[in-house]
Amino acid sequence: MFKKILSSLLLASLVSIAYADEALPLASDPALEQRLISISEEMRCLVCQNESLSGSRSELAQDLRREIRDLIRQGKTDAEIRTFMVDRYGDFILYRPPVKPTTWLLWIGPFVLMIAGIMALLMYLRRRNSQVNSVALSDDENKRIDALLREDK
Amino acid sequence: MIPEIGHFALILALCVSIIQGVLPLIGAQQGRREWLVLARPATQISFLLLAISFGVLAWCFYVNDFSVLYVAEHSNSQLPTVYRLGAVWGGHEGSLLLWIFLLTGWAFAVAQLSKTLDEFMVARVLGVLGLVATGLLLFVLGTSNPFERLLPAAQDGRSLNPLLQDPGLVFHPPMLYMGYVGFSVAFAFAIASLLSGRLDAAWARWSRPWTTTAWIFLTLGIALGSWWAYYELGWGGWWFWDPVENASFMPWLIGTALIHSLVVTEKRGGFKNWTVLLAIMAFSMSLLGTFLVRSGVLTSVHAFATDPRRGIFILLLLSLVVGSSLFLYALKAPKSTLGGKFSLLSRETLILMGNVFFVVAAGSVLLGTLYPLLIDALNLGKISVGPPYFNAVFVPIMVPVLFLMAVGPWANWKTTDLKTLLKRLWLAAVLAFVAAIAIPSLMGEFTILTALGFLLAFWVIASGVLQIIRQCKVGMPTRSFIGMQLGHMGIAVFVIGVTMVGAYQEEKDVRMAPGDTVTVGGYQIRLMGVGPAQGPNYQAMRGTFELVRNGKVQELMYPEKRNYDSSTMPMTEAAIDAGLTRDIYVSLGEPLEGNAWAVRVYYKPFVDWIWGGCLLMALGGLFAVMDKRYRLRVKK
Amino acid sequence: MKAKFIIPLLLFVVLVGFLAVGLNRDPREVPSPLINKPAPAFKVPQLADPNKSFSPEDLKGQVWILNVWASWCVACREEHPMLVELGKSQVAPLIGLDYKDKRADAMEMLARQGNPYNLSAMDNDGRVGINYGVYGVPETYVIDKAGIIRFKQIGPITKDVLDKSIYPLITQLNKA
Repeated sequence: MFKKILSSLLLASLVSIAYADEALPLASDPALEQRLISISEEMRCLVCQNESLSGSRSELAQDLRREIRDLIRQGKTDAEIRTFMVDRYGDFILYRPPVKPTTWLLWIGPFVLMIAGIMALLMYLRRRNSQVNSVALSDDENKRIDALLREDK
Repeated sequence: MIPEIGHFALILALCVSIIQGVLPLIGAQQGRREWLVLARPATQISFLLLAISFGVLAWCFYVNDFSVLYVAEHSNSQLPTVYRLGAVWGGHEGSLLLWIFLLTGWAFAVAQLSKTLDEFMVARVLGVLGLVATGLLLFVLGTSNPFERLLPAAQDGRSLNPLLQDPGLVFHPPMLYMGYVGFSVAFAFAIASLLSGRLDAAWARWSRPWTTTAWIFLTLGIALGSWWAYYELGWGGWWFWDPVENASFMPWLIGTALIHSLVVTEKRGGFKNWTVLLAIMAFSMSLLGTFLVRSGVLTSVHAFATDPRRGIFILLLLSLVVGSSLFLYALKAPKSTLGGKFSLLSRETLILMGNVFFVVAAGSVLLGTLYPLLIDALNLGKISVGPPYFNAVFVPIMVPVLFLMAVGPWANWKTTDLKTLLKRLWLAAVLAFVAAIAIPSLMGEFTILTALGFLLAFWVIASGVLQIIRQCKVGMPTRSFIGMQLGHMGIAVFVIGVTMVGAYQEEKDVRMAPGDTVTVGGYQIRLMGVGPAQGPNYQAMRGTFELVRNGKVQELMYPEKRNYDSSTMPMTEAAIDAGLTRDIYVSLGEPLEGNAWAVRVYYKPFVDWIWGGCLLMALGGLFAVMDKRYRLRVKK
Repeated sequence: MKAKFIIPLLLFVVLVGFLAVGLNRDPREVPSPLINKPAPAFKVPQLADPNKSFSPEDLKGQVWILNVWASWCVACREEHPMLVELGKSQVAPLIGLDYKDKRADAMEMLARQGNPYNLSAMDNDGRVGINYGVYGVPETYVIDKAGIIRFKQIGPITKDVLDKSIYPLITQLNKA
């Protein structure tokens, strides 16, 4: 009860010193809210499964956001909050896959692919140039092909 | 009675497709002319039958025939007429029918526009398309018949998901499918040339306009989907790396590599094997995408209702089509000859290098999309791979592509001198660096990533402008040249949009009572009031907001919170004031006590350049297709 | 050099293999990381008498079953007959955790459909559920004598699950 009186007084005083009709942020603590958004954006909502935890309107998502807010207020780091979630729901809840032996292929794969691709290309080009050229259509030959193709069958 | 006509048309189409698929191919193999010539008429009849079938389904939706199960599941008598049309492809069975209808449409177009093409080639191309159609028709008739009856008929339908009741639905899937399905033509040409053993430059010449056209549609289809998500979903995002989005993006990446590779194969006779492989891969990606969306293998907001039987069928179809193509490739490709010689620094090499990056990008997207499945299949647990991964991996791969995009067109075929290249490029480099430093500074926040975005975008633009100037001095640029410039500029414009929005967007989540103002991006947005509103099949609370800048009211905005009759979840319909240099986005949230509402507003600078860039790319493709060199005139 | 042309085909075959396996999996299911870990502690009021409380500590030394349910959950109503059977079998104490529910609605459902539980506790704000990794109701846990979670069922319990997983496990755990 006392808390309610205190917070309404606080709000009232904030309102009076704020700009006339400038809207107040929805969140009581915008800085905390920012951190909540950046953390929960990289988490999956387990109910809708195709929305992030920050955007989902499902009840579980609201509950989990409430938990994260509490954890932030307790001074936990981002990593600790992620661990909290993973302990309960597994790696599935993280949109950014953790780097562990089972995901090495995932994280390294694209770059290995890129390097392999470039190397394969260079090797191919070197080898190709040592083999003598063969048929490339010249403009003349192109015109002749057109003429041949156009002949009615 | 009428639905049965549609069903019967499909059965007939199956028979015709079998004929179209089997006889001409055997005929071409054995030199039997009487079987060869069946290809065109069979294709024409197929198309006609599919048109009838599709027309019948559309008619059932139009007249609200709820005795057809599919109509009852996806439509409703209160649904506005235009969305009843869209609902035809709102679900699995109907969208698959659209797929096949468009497939026969493309085949019909090939049949009509190939009068000057060697008849063996025509037979093979149409034959391959016939086989693909056969497979899909078997799938539809076997597991996904849109004409299945619901007896007794429902009083009214279940209606369409409110999210889909939007113009975007009417255009996005058909555009997208035109692209997906269009790659089947390049695929068919590739297979035909493998079968004939004649893997030469002429094939590339024929394939090019078809492939580019399919690519144009796919570009537009993806752009439309992205734009639709942006304005419909209510929270301002435009790409989520959702599995189904990735399923459309992978064919696009391969398709882009393909259209560039075809240039080289046609002009220089090079890369024949590689281009054929790309053509097979592009269509394989289309089929893979179809599988992923309809099989239940991945979770996705887009996924259609799943049935394991369907999944198995598509997987079989996918395996057969792609497996046999790759087998044919392994057999025949080694026999093809090399093209012309070119040195390490040449336009050919640069294009090939670009190809490598596009394929690596597609491979990475595939890896990320399928990795959760891979881990699960190996019993190693359950993980998610989401936007943080894809953004981290995709962006670095695209950086070299953007770099090459500006260099390639300056390079000569066969060989280019490094000094000459540097001479032509130094000015573009300087301009790019200036932009990279200046723009972030002007906008008020400088980060490396932002600077990199502008550096690359302006590198491409400056290089392109210089090329255009140089070309115009020599003479009238060809349509092909214009196409290339527009296409590359399109990507640069896209990058500018992404960079601007990513770095400089503003978002505010506020509590507003009538009279309150919120300031964002230099604009004031004032809430006038919120009142009830009525739609054809929904009730809403509509907010009226004034958009004010420099004291003047520019616009009134009306975001809504809708409750559709057919759904319990309230829908947010954001109000967007779109402009060339920014979007202002207002979204109505939950009602709060004291006559107030939760409101979210966004200032999104240059966001429309994202889709503007895509439009430019598509326009570029159009110019390229219209180049006279690639359209053989039919002499009558 | 001919061998390299086979590579695309081979890669594709591997891909199809994984996709085929994937068809048998449910990508939406979230397995619990709490298996073989201690059941998180909590203390919440009982449904029947909110002045009394319940805690997993109370059942240390016994094998027991925790079923998370709610009156607003449709699948829970479908599951209910199986729970009644499980309750009757007396293989282990069956404790209900009423998740984010109204006491009156919960009592009414038990009165209407029968009360299979030895005891039901209330998780009004969902915090206990979160600690147990609950993301949808119903969910059921089998906990051993030392208070370690040994099994989790996501979704309604079916006859199959009872016969193949739960009964055998409880028998095994009771022997230990």
